[in-house]
Amino acid sequence: MKRFWIQLAAALAFVGSAAAAELLNVSYDPTRELYKQVNEAFAAKWKAETGEDLKINQSHGGSGKQARSVIDGLEADVLTLALAYDIDEVQQRTGYFPADWQSRLPENSSPYTSTIVFLVRKGNPWGIKDWGDLVKDGIQVITPNPKTSGGARWNFLAAWAWAKAQPGGSDETAKAFVTELFKHVPVLDTGARGSTTTFAQRGIGDVLLAWENEAHLALAELGPDEFEIVVPSLSILAEPPVTVVDQIADRHGTRAVAEAYLKFLYTPEAQEIIAKNFYRPRDQAALQRHAETFPPIPLVTIADFGGWAQAQQTYFADGGVFDQIYQPGQQ
Amino acid sequence: MTALTLPRAAPRRHTVLPGFGLTMGFTLFYLSMVVLLPLVALIVRPWELGWDGFIKAVSEPAVYASLRLSFLTALIAAAVNAVFGLLLAWILVRYRFPGRRLLDAAIDLPFALPTAVAGIAFATLYSPRSGWLGQPLKETFDLIVAFTPSGIVIALVFIGLPFVVRSVQPVLEDLDRDQEDAAATLGARSWQTFLRVIMPALLPAWFTGFALAFARAVGEYGSVIFIAGNRPLYSEIAPLKIIQKLESYDYAGASAIGVTMLGASFLILLAINLAQRWVARR
Repeated sequence: MKRFWIQLAAALAFVGSAAAAELLNVSYDPTRELYKQVNEAFAAKWKAETGEDLKINQSHGGSGKQARSVIDGLEADVLTLALAYDIDEVQQRTGYFPADWQSRLPENSSPYTSTIVFLVRKGNPWGIKDWGDLVKDGIQVITPNPKTSGGARWNFLAAWAWAKAQPGGSDETAKAFVTELFKHVPVLDTGARGSTTTFAQRGIGDVLLAWENEAHLALAELGPDEFEIVVPSLSILAEPPVTVVDQIADRHGTRAVAEAYLKFLYTPEAQEIIAKNFYRPRDQAALQRHAETFPPIPLVTIADFGGWAQAQQTYFADGGVFDQIYQPGQQ
Repeated sequence: MTALTLPRAAPRRHTVLPGFGLTMGFTLFYLSMVVLLPLVALIVRPWELGWDGFIKAVSEPAVYASLRLSFLTALIAAAVNAVFGLLLAWILVRYRFPGRRLLDAAIDLPFALPTAVAGIAFATLYSPRSGWLGQPLKETFDLIVAFTPSGIVIALVFIGLPFVVRSVQPVLEDLDRDQEDAAATLGARSWQTFLRVIMPALLPAWFTGFALAFARAVGEYGSVIFIAGNRPLYSEIAPLKIIQKLESYDYAGASAIGVTMLGASFLILLAINLAQRWVARR
């Protein structure tokens, strides 16, 4: 059913604008502004190089939800999601592209990175400097639910990694720390943007665990006189990956332009746009130019957790660690 | 749902629409496409898990707690709506006052407003730190509404309000005032007139309104997640558990919760329907 309607909609859209080449970039929530700017720049470049008009359509939503749409038949030419895990799921369930997709582009197919930082209220009234401060009495921490939010999974793993890296740290102490941490969470929104709203607009909580780019965006949009960013002593390297969806692009005849589009993300021009949108660029020159925005932080990676498939299974699947830290009878 | 409001079967005679065969055929086709087919697709899914897997999926502590929370808050909200919806309908029908039309139109607003917008508005209003209502409530009574189950009830009362008012209102309008006058003439006190004359006439429509408000509330997602706080085992509603299962690509587990909700809703609606018939017959 769903597939039929999506195809019908796609067919109608196609009839509407038959002349120009079209790409559909299926992405996750906070990249709306980023890809709008990237698309303009790339369309101009493509027009200059080939003379062909190019229209790039964007689709945004929670990363997992977007992956499911593609599995259910959304005709994405390229996928730019928050987690490699979500793209892996698309690969395994549809076989639209090869399993080694992540090695097809440089830097794990991730043209930019981000990390998890703290957003606190102006003046940092609780004197929060690091993860350990989050479990002080009376502090409320805002994070989305790791079950529904990709961003929240990074929050969870970053907290875990910090606790484990403390002297005498182990999986047990990390679990105890994270359990304690979630006792300080009064609201679990479903997505990162929802948590930002809860914290920034509704005034709930003392610390927001946020994507670095979301934290900077909140600062830029709502004013630096309201909030401050606190960089913890250890965080996690988030690598949101990109890929061409081979079979769909071939069917649309857009393989070449889709590949050029993703390669464009690695060019100095796109890297500058990326940095301006508060994502950490891979390009060292761009990183240098924005050194003030992106202080160096010691980062663990998802590989330290055995990769996404394993992290998902251990921590976030049903009956996993996250389920275990919420036990009946303790509120 | 329509079964609740259908009148008793009318005797067969010529009607303005084309023959029984055609209309019945169309009805079945239409119902199948719109209601039954999607439901079958839902019901078929969880059996990938097998019976044991199904039971395991819905008896997980967090899932069980969310189901209980969803049905409980929906029942409370529907009950609140039944009482105050009846009151509102009464006032709108029986009294003439300036702004009545405006008030009447406002009743439908919960239908028109995207539920997410309502949820965000409620969360802002009842926020214990900064909300217009939430802050005074917290400071004077130490009462926290937002991000607790009470917040869920408030959102559900909002979205369910029009059902009771709109079900009861037309019946109340058609009610013959002569009967009340007759009751008064025969010496009935006003509460007797209300209980013995007015209520029996209103009951079927009132039950329908209650059932509709309840059914709407059980499945509500958009407005609730903004005000619930969504803490596992405490304020996580069943539709959110479904979303969580989907987010981890557990389609079968998600449909298992869906089927459970469907079954429970069906039983409750059936009970309401039977109760309605029972009172109608008396």
